[in-house]
Amino acid sequence: MSYQIPKFRHPELPVNDLGYTKADYEGSISTLCAGCGHDSISGAIVKACHELSIEPHKIAKMSGIGCSSKSPTYFLGKSHGFNSVHGRMPSVVTGAAMANRDLIYLGVSGDGDTASIGMGQFAHVARRNLNMVYIVMNNGCYGLTKGQDSATADEGSVSKKGDANVFSAIDLCSTALQMGATFVARSFSGDKEQLVPLIKAAISHRGFALIDVVSPCVTFNNNAGSTKSYEFVREHAEATGTVDFVPMQKEITTDYAPGSSHEVTLHDGSSIHLYKMSEDLDPFDRTSALMNMEKHRTAGDILTGLIYMDKDSRDLHDVLETSRRPLNTLDAEDLCPGNQMLKNINASLR
Amino acid sequence: MKRLESVNDFVIKFANVNGTGSASANNMFAKALFRMGLPVSPKNIFPSNIQGLPTWYEVRVSEKGYLGRRGGVDIALSVNPQSMAQDIQEVEEGGYFIYDNTKPLDLRLVRNDVNIIGIPLTRICNDEYSDPRQRQLFKNVIYVGALAALLDMDFKVLTDLVKDQFKGKEKLILPNIHALELGHQYAKANLECPIGIRVKTSDKVGDKILLDGNTALGLGAIYGGATVAAWYPITPSTSVVDAYEKYVRRVRIDPGTGEKNYAIVQAEDELSAIGMVIGASWNGARAFTATSGPGVSLMSEFLGLAYFAEIPTVLFDVQRAGPSTGMPTRTQQSDILSAAYASHGDTKQVLLFPSTPKECFDFGAQSFDLAERLQTPIILMTDLDLGMNDNMSEPLEWDDARQYDRGKVMTAEQLEDGIEFGRYLDVDGDAICYRTYPGTHPKRGAFFTRGTSRDEYAVYTEKGEEYEKNMLRLMRKWDTIKEYVPQPEVVEASEKTDVAVLYYGTSEESSRESLDHLAGEGIHLNAMRVRAFPFNDDVKAFIEDHEQVFVIEQNRDAQLRTLLMAEFEFGPDKLKSVLCFDGTPISARNISKQIRQHLSGGAIEPLHRTKIASQAGESA
Ligand SMILES: Cc1ncc(C[n+]2csc(CCOP(=O)(O)OP(=O)(O)O)c2C)c(N)n1
Ligand code: SF4
Repeated sequence: MSYQIPKFRHPELPVNDLGYTKADYEGSISTLCAGCGHDSISGAIVKACHELSIEPHKIAKMSGIGCSSKSPTYFLGKSHGFNSVHGRMPSVVTGAAMANRDLIYLGVSGDGDTASIGMGQFAHVARRNLNMVYIVMNNGCYGLTKGQDSATADEGSVSKKGDANVFSAIDLCSTALQMGATFVARSFSGDKEQLVPLIKAAISHRGFALIDVVSPCVTFNNNAGSTKSYEFVREHAEATGTVDFVPMQKEITTDYAPGSSHEVTLHDGSSIHLYKMSEDLDPFDRTSALMNMEKHRTAGDILTGLIYMDKDSRDLHDVLETSRRPLNTLDAEDLCPGNQMLKNINASLR
Repeated sequence: MKRLESVNDFVIKFANVNGTGSASANNMFAKALFRMGLPVSPKNIFPSNIQGLPTWYEVRVSEKGYLGRRGGVDIALSVNPQSMAQDIQEVEEGGYFIYDNTKPLDLRLVRNDVNIIGIPLTRICNDEYSDPRQRQLFKNVIYVGALAALLDMDFKVLTDLVKDQFKGKEKLILPNIHALELGHQYAKANLECPIGIRVKTSDKVGDKILLDGNTALGLGAIYGGATVAAWYPITPSTSVVDAYEKYVRRVRIDPGTGEKNYAIVQAEDELSAIGMVIGASWNGARAFTATSGPGVSLMSEFLGLAYFAEIPTVLFDVQRAGPSTGMPTRTQQSDILSAAYASHGDTKQVLLFPSTPKECFDFGAQSFDLAERLQTPIILMTDLDLGMNDNMSEPLEWDDARQYDRGKVMTAEQLEDGIEFGRYLDVDGDAICYRTYPGTHPKRGAFFTRGTSRDEYAVYTEKGEEYEKNMLRLMRKWDTIKEYVPQPEVVEASEKTDVAVLYYGTSEESSRESLDHLAGEGIHLNAMRVRAFPFNDDVKAFIEDHEQVFVIEQNRDAQLRTLLMAEFEFGPDKLKSVLCFDGTPISARNISKQIRQHLSGGAIEPLHRTKIASQAGESA
């Protein structure tokens, strides 16, 4: 159940060039767990679109299935939205973008949605350089189906069942780079300072723009042993007859300077190391981008920031040489070759 | 020895090796007869293999205009040692077996009741050509030339055809005509020409055309205004998009800018192909995909989404023999159930059943109107037989005054006027709701498309009564759909009868021929051709009006019969099955045989379909 946000707003809220307040970019009140990283990303999307003065109805927000994929309900209430099927958002966006090149396509997905069931579509939408923003809300686990490991979970990380993950992790940024993506960035859900400009840049980029956002799951990234863990709390909760319990948590935020590394503690007490790309790193070189990521991965860091961008990117419409006029505006007069042509075809078939 | 005699009425079967270029020579033969004014129906019977295995090409010639498979072979032309034993066995008593006698025929194969004709094709080629490729290619053209003499064909028709076919490649004209002459002269000089089976120029073709269903579908998509095609290669549907691409290039590229008024994306798989179609249609473009059974299986989840979220979607299913990979290059009508109920949950999909290239074109174009009007997937069901073989057809036609039916779409002006918009509100009482294209209006008309349940305003809800309301509306919409889809066709017997047949798609031609034969024997049957699912009340009434109805179809499990029973709750005794599922098109003889068995002794004896299935495999 989604709730409509109350209409009343303070009259002096800041407006953008279009005269819209931030509220014009919001959606229904979120029903995700309190403190879920995905909500922070929704907030960053709202801020970025407001600041860019985009007409909200010119954005199509698309997603697959999962907690993350639900989040489009919680931003851009005046835009058309599309929750497709699990992992297959990229193809739906591809079709939509083919039909109308004049909208902005914002795809939202989870790491389960993208790196497992949707890996094929993810790879191919990157290689086709579809003009879209693809945000992965990456929590290393499946939220909506309650905590299984996802393919981006680090080897050795412990799932809610208490088992250590024995498989190596898929790095979505490296994958996208290798598939030919023309804009690749990584960020952290709680780092608005970094995330908002990245979203803005991704929207402005012509071509496929991936932002892989580390987004902690309040409820399931809590390993056994931690008193904050779901397991721990549930055990204690069951004593009181409660069958379901989701801990209230605060959103994890962070703010640190480019070129520096920073340790972020997750809800379960474990931590991740973020390394923000320094501003003098060249993001226009695919090879060095790949090497940089690998270097930091080996060091146990997650490299964040704009990792790669192709300034001369040619998107799918450029490659296919599709008409400037959106295909969905063409009608019978433009499309139908008429009866005379059929007469000629008939004649050639006798 | 008996010698089959006939004029303009026979079946000839060519037996070749796949990949030797025989297809174009065989095609030339069929086309020449067609140009002589004779109804022909050529059928490719080919293996799922690129080179080396046996391949057949069966041409039916019928002055009476029967275009289905008759059954039996009057003339076998066998140039494939691998299949020779089988080929000669198939020839009717008194028929003709033509072979390459450069090497002597294995004596064990010789049949005394068949006229055997040897032509030293390899020797003629080796004497004439030094290049191995030419030796192979022209061997085929030489036997066409020889056939022209044996059947007393108009030789000029053949040479004119060569000139037309190689327009633009003039260098090839003379060598081909020369090869035809080599065969023709050899036969004239050395063989008894003509044989008992002959052809004579006729006037039974009129303005008809020879066209395969897939090309017709590709053209239908262009005329229907499709701008987005997304697909993944699979036999036998690939040539639908090939045809679309071939023609769309001619008519939809702006000569000034080079810009294209279409987009074709070869997807990474069928999941993606249908997803693209759904995305494009959601956004207000006309889009389609073409596939076959395995693709339909993969597309199911998305089809359920399109059904439930009510997104226009056009899918052309060119059926082949399943299950699984089955026989990929053989024909069947066996996706009916998986398409009709494609996807989990309570889903019903609209199916169209064309039976000629003209109908492929018409229904193909109409699919887009239907999809947008009805806001649901339209699955057009053809099969390999119709899709990949040249079929004689009425010429294609388009009414230039025709406008597309874009269905219920609210414009910015309508939204501006403050008309209440609820994506799933049944405003007009026909259970079809209004939609808006993304980006239409800054403040009004945006909604969320989702596969989860929602209320009339597209807001997510798990309230049971809201879900039920929506599902019941979809059932009412199903009733509305019945009025829009192509209606069934009825052919009444010349005498009153309470027994009937019901068929669809490519079973039509053989069924009609079989009914003529049975009528000649005093067995009169009314006929109905079903052209769409949902079935309307006429279908129900037709079945109710008859004591017994034979359902003719090309699958093992009597899928259309199952669908009729499921939708109308007919008992199993009312509908009897006539089946063929050996991968070849059902033949008229086969149908007649099965119906006679059902009706033996004049009494209508209920015969369970398992009994039939055991005999149906014979491609009589
Ligand atoms: C075909 C299919 N298989 C499985 C599911 C069940 N399912 C729903 S969401 C989900 C995983 C979501 O994980 P992720 O994308 O990481 O999103 P999160 O919930 O963690 O944000 C799965 C497996 C489904 N909806 N459809
Ligand atoms: S389960 Fe995890 S991912 Fe899902 S809403 Fe809760 S915190 Fe977010």
